[in-house]
Amino acid sequence: MGIVEAILFSVITAATPLVLAALGELVAERSGVLNLGVEGMMIMGAVCAFAATQLIGSPYAGILAGIAAGAVFSLLFGFLTLTLVANQVATGLALTLLGLGVSGMLGESFLGMQGIKLQPIAIPLLSKIPVVGPLLFRQDAIFYASVAILVGVHLFLFKSRAGLKLRAVGDSHSSAHALGVNVIRTRYLAVLFGGACAGLAGAQLSLVYTPQWVENMSAGRGWIALALVVFASWRPWRVVAGGYLFGAVSISQLHAQAFGIGIPSQFLTALPYIATIVVLILISHNRRMTLINTPASLGKPFVPDR
Amino acid sequence: MKKLLVALATTVAVLGIAPAASAQEKAKICFIYVGSKTDGGWTQAHDIGRQELEKELGDKIETQFLENVPEGPDAERAIERLARSGCGLIFTTSFGFMDATIKIAAKFPDVKFEHATGYKTAPNVATYNSRFYEGRYIQGQIAAKMSEKGVAGYIASFPIPEVVMGINAFVIGARAVNPDFKIKVVWANTWFDPGKEADAAKALIDQGVDIITQHTDTTAPMQVAAERGIKAFGQASDMIAAGPQTQLTAIVDTWGAYYVKRTKAFLDGTWSTSSSWDGLKDGILTMAPYTNMPDDVKAMAEETEAKIKSGELKPFTGPLNKQDGSPWLKEGETADDATLLGMNFYVEGVDDKLPQ
Repeated sequence: MGIVEAILFSVITAATPLVLAALGELVAERSGVLNLGVEGMMIMGAVCAFAATQLIGSPYAGILAGIAAGAVFSLLFGFLTLTLVANQVATGLALTLLGLGVSGMLGESFLGMQGIKLQPIAIPLLSKIPVVGPLLFRQDAIFYASVAILVGVHLFLFKSRAGLKLRAVGDSHSSAHALGVNVIRTRYLAVLFGGACAGLAGAQLSLVYTPQWVENMSAGRGWIALALVVFASWRPWRVVAGGYLFGAVSISQLHAQAFGIGIPSQFLTALPYIATIVVLILISHNRRMTLINTPASLGKPFVPDR
Repeated sequence: MKKLLVALATTVAVLGIAPAASAQEKAKICFIYVGSKTDGGWTQAHDIGRQELEKELGDKIETQFLENVPEGPDAERAIERLARSGCGLIFTTSFGFMDATIKIAAKFPDVKFEHATGYKTAPNVATYNSRFYEGRYIQGQIAAKMSEKGVAGYIASFPIPEVVMGINAFVIGARAVNPDFKIKVVWANTWFDPGKEADAAKALIDQGVDIITQHTDTTAPMQVAAERGIKAFGQASDMIAAGPQTQLTAIVDTWGAYYVKRTKAFLDGTWSTSSSWDGLKDGILTMAPYTNMPDDVKAMAEETEAKIKSGELKPFTGPLNKQDGSPWLKEGETADDATLLGMNFYVEGVDDKLPQ
């Protein structure tokens, strides 16, 4: 493997959890729900995926457990903010704190255990293509899932009737309600999807990225995913571009350091954040397009009047 | 809903501050950790020390700790919270807690503070440190023997004297065996981020190093090294479980004895400020078993360890040049502790520009 391929391979591993969590959050936010609990759902996914893998012996069981953990955790958020109409920002923050605490407790007995790594699956023929083949077609199931989710989210949001309704709910829940769309149910499903994606992202951390369980191992990736959604102005392809750009700059700066180019490492460490924000702002510079894409009801509670 | 939130917040608070014993009359000895007490590295080593303290003096004291306290303004709040809650002696266990410790100590003159690895003291603030660099010198020698390519990768956290000292000691040790030995340094700018530490290890290995050593807290680099089939050194705790065929040795921090000694002094009323800096000979750090290496390398490592313990060998002894080739220590001259504790330059042989 040449150095370029090696770098690209690391980039994909680093970007996948960001992309997954951000795509899930994007759908939730498009429905008008701001869930700041991504970090909490992600870490719950990570610990449950690791635990299930250890107990059952198959990382695929771990993946399912991770998704389920994220989804269940997001239901708690849904219940508080959608049914009980609690403040979304406060509840999301509480969800993150709770997730970090609970995952630490659940994971206590799994600390220091040898992880089981999710093995890559080579896709016949395609994986034989030079350079691109090993990079894109000899990956693990979670990477393939992230690609499918990207395409799925795009088609769903912009090419399907259900997606149109979901966006309508996010833009004006009262109008959508008046038209007969079930706002609460739509939002529940969107939040659930967001939780499942964050859980899957967590599973990627404890099964692929660093196959082990350590407390706090998400180390702020949920927050980066949240920022990606906003800076990509709620567009799935931009979210993914942003995620990969962030990953690419993060990995390149480490290589630049190892190579010894002599730029202060503090600057290099900040570079992924700066580069991603600048690029996403540049491609989202059209104010009108950005406004159109911003879910107008984001974060606003909805109480149907009976 | 408000009630629920309050309940949630309380749960979180209770999770955060876990009293390890509940009797009220006992003196309270408190700890602030930068990471999780089960990180498998730095913080875990401190927590093992705390447990030893509890075992030894459990009838006279109770311990309390706060984990995952970020360095910065949060640290100040956390330390103040402990000081207010009746802690008599507080150990702040990360370099980045230094200014916060000094500041809060000024507000609570009756509370005693012990800050790990720093250099600022006050009448009620002592510092304690361990001569980790002695272990890193041994590691450097092993690396020079074990590496086929003559290049090691060094995953560093923050450019503070402690870390720079470690890099220098490693290089001096390595070049004592192989004068052409080189290291590549990557600054992760974090103590704790398994993903980033793994990425740093991958980057270094992709660029051709065949030994990894780390000054960050998780076992992720060890795991990457194991996956890629190269050798690595553990940090702060014995990381052999993460790389049974990979770990050569590890610097293991053993703080327990110090915690017991200082707590006893506190209970007797003989506690006074001091700057303690012990090394291998005092048992405040130990080397994990030398594994995955040929017998002659092991013998060399053991001999070096014995020489350091007896005081015959001091890693920072001249002739040594600074990175740019200008002379630093003359033949036989040894660096004094003040220079080491404020170390902000590389020695000759480090292939990296030190972030200032």
